[in-house]
Amino acid sequence: MKKKIGIPRSLFYYQLFPFWKTFFEELGAEIVVSDRTTKKILDDGVKSCVDEACLPVKLFHGHVINLKDRVDCLFIPRYTSISRGEYVCPKFGGLPDMIRNSFEELPQIIGTEINLRKSNAAAFKAALEIGSYFCSHKKRIERACHMALKAYGDFVKQGVNGKFPGDLLDGSQPKAVAGSRNGRLNIVVIGHAYNLYDSYINMDLVYKLRCSNANVITVENVSEEIINEKSAQLFKRMFWNFGRKAAGTALHILDRSDIDGVIYLMSFGCGIDSFVCDLVERKLRHSRDIPFTILTIDEHSGEAGLNTRLEAFLDMIRWRKENENYISAHG
Amino acid sequence: MKITFPHMGNVYVVGKILLDELGAEYIVPPFNNKKALEIGTKYAPESACLPLKINLGNYIQAYEQGADTILMVGGCGPCRFGYYGALEKEILNDAGFNMDIIILEMPNGNLKEFLNRVKRLAGGFDIHKIFRAIRNTTRIAKQVDELEKLTFKIRPREIVKGSTDRIYKAFQEDMREARGYDQARKLVEDTRRELLSLEIDRSFKPLKVGIVGEIYTTIDSYTSFYLDSKLGNMGIEVERPVTISNWIIDHIIKSALHLPRDLRYVEAAAPYLGKMIGGHAQETIGNAVLFAKDGYDGVVQVYPLTCMPEIVAQSILPAISRDFDIPVLTLIIDEMTGEAGYLTRIEAFTDLLEKRRERTTIEENRVLSRS
Repeated sequence: MKKKIGIPRSLFYYQLFPFWKTFFEELGAEIVVSDRTTKKILDDGVKSCVDEACLPVKLFHGHVINLKDRVDCLFIPRYTSISRGEYVCPKFGGLPDMIRNSFEELPQIIGTEINLRKSNAAAFKAALEIGSYFCSHKKRIERACHMALKAYGDFVKQGVNGKFPGDLLDGSQPKAVAGSRNGRLNIVVIGHAYNLYDSYINMDLVYKLRCSNANVITVENVSEEIINEKSAQLFKRMFWNFGRKAAGTALHILDRSDIDGVIYLMSFGCGIDSFVCDLVERKLRHSRDIPFTILTIDEHSGEAGLNTRLEAFLDMIRWRKENENYISAHG
Repeated sequence: MKITFPHMGNVYVVGKILLDELGAEYIVPPFNNKKALEIGTKYAPESACLPLKINLGNYIQAYEQGADTILMVGGCGPCRFGYYGALEKEILNDAGFNMDIIILEMPNGNLKEFLNRVKRLAGGFDIHKIFRAIRNTTRIAKQVDELEKLTFKIRPREIVKGSTDRIYKAFQEDMREARGYDQARKLVEDTRRELLSLEIDRSFKPLKVGIVGEIYTTIDSYTSFYLDSKLGNMGIEVERPVTISNWIIDHIIKSALHLPRDLRYVEAAAPYLGKMIGGHAQETIGNAVLFAKDGYDGVVQVYPLTCMPEIVAQSILPAISRDFDIPVLTLIIDEMTGEAGYLTRIEAFTDLLEKRRERTTIEENRVLSRS
């Protein structure tokens, strides 16, 4: 019988799922992904997690509850670092421990540490360890790893070529932008993948923007080379993977004349965002007057408030485009 | 160049002795105060952690007294502290405070850049002078921490309540004026003698509470609303394993020279938190387990709102509390924390500890009420 592995549809699902999907399928495991986020999943998560944690971590707890009774093992690796010399976030590093100590009855947890901070070879070792839960042939795991890297590479490439990663993972949102090409806005939305591509949590932000005739561009649409080149201009190198990407993207925006506005989507209590968002805002405001707004989400965000802010932001951009040079003669 | 540095408990002693020994000119900012926090809150990003806000307040208050350069330590994550220096520089410059910052760290493992910074600080590269400065700084850090530990022991046992607080406060004030290692050492020694001469109740068996958590909020008394002294004056002996000398010796010097370190806490934390995840989460978990094993009556965790590593620790602490049957209180601090509410929680916690002790002393003869 195939072993059922549960992958919560949360956090790194939105960045690395194409990799793990291929990897586990090649090893003959059956993948069970938790359901799309619902109010119940969120509520369950909020109840079982410490109050102080950020929204995505609470949500992760909810997805674990959704999965735990229907799988043989849960895949919650310890993502210490996913890139050379950089970290993810302390909460990601402690995630398997948080889960283990928050629930009484859990299936087996695969909590292998993934730490690429010092070398990429460590990733391979981690993959071998994870693979050994399903298969004892080293060769076969190596091959699965190879195939998975290819699938992941394709996924990243599609993002850089302009595809919206959210659409690739989850076809629930309308892909096309509504309205005519005339007056279409290019809006960059900077935010963690797990906030940006989970349409329940961000209250359909992407859908709403598209319906208002706006293209959504994300950090994943900017190539690694540009990000690295731009982020190297910082006074101090960012040691968070997302921080480098966000700062690099922000500095890249400054070079572009076709970006109409920037939205920073952050979750309340996110330690990394509190610094990165501030830095991004400062960088943008120093040298250009690109409209910039911050949308903060938490477990009790009211949707009406978000709509109002979004509409006001887009209206402001459009009015400014039309009327920038108009100064009323009536004072 | 007039250097200043942020406050964190007694770190100013370490900072000033280092600069004294290096022969640099400096200004110690006013002790942490409400105004400093207000200034910091005004300029810092709202969801930044509390230490960053107080740091900014310290710098700006020192700037008003003439400081133009900040001495700060750095790091490479994953805790936000590693990026403090860089962000603080941006914030200060944007706000119109023209201050330079020297971050003592090795950017991308660049030893040369680190040495350049040391050179700038020391005004030259007299290796003998630098070594002596490091040695004396480490010594004074250790002496001050030992003195503080002594206050933890004496405070709950003193006969005339408030004596320890009075002596210790005077010491902190006088230390501002001390110049160089020799004067500082003498002051520590005099204070130690004065504390030891206090009349204490030797038969008193105080409750014992371990303080764990994020380093700034545990070490800095102003931020924790004088938690250690409050507990001490309630007749409770406290212990706080994370100290500044420990940080300098174990985390900087020993790990740079690859010397063996005291890693008991890592071992103790292993069943609950297997890896270092930044900040002091591993220390928090490990020390909580060690406290429980050493028979302490309770553990208090303190951290600033949104502190990432401590949130992980907080979600693990209930498991330790359950496994070892030890009460744990978590106190979270930000610029809005009201002292009265905070004090009520501490009092409720200490009452609980008292009751638990009575319960264990009566053993099996537990009664609900007697008529």
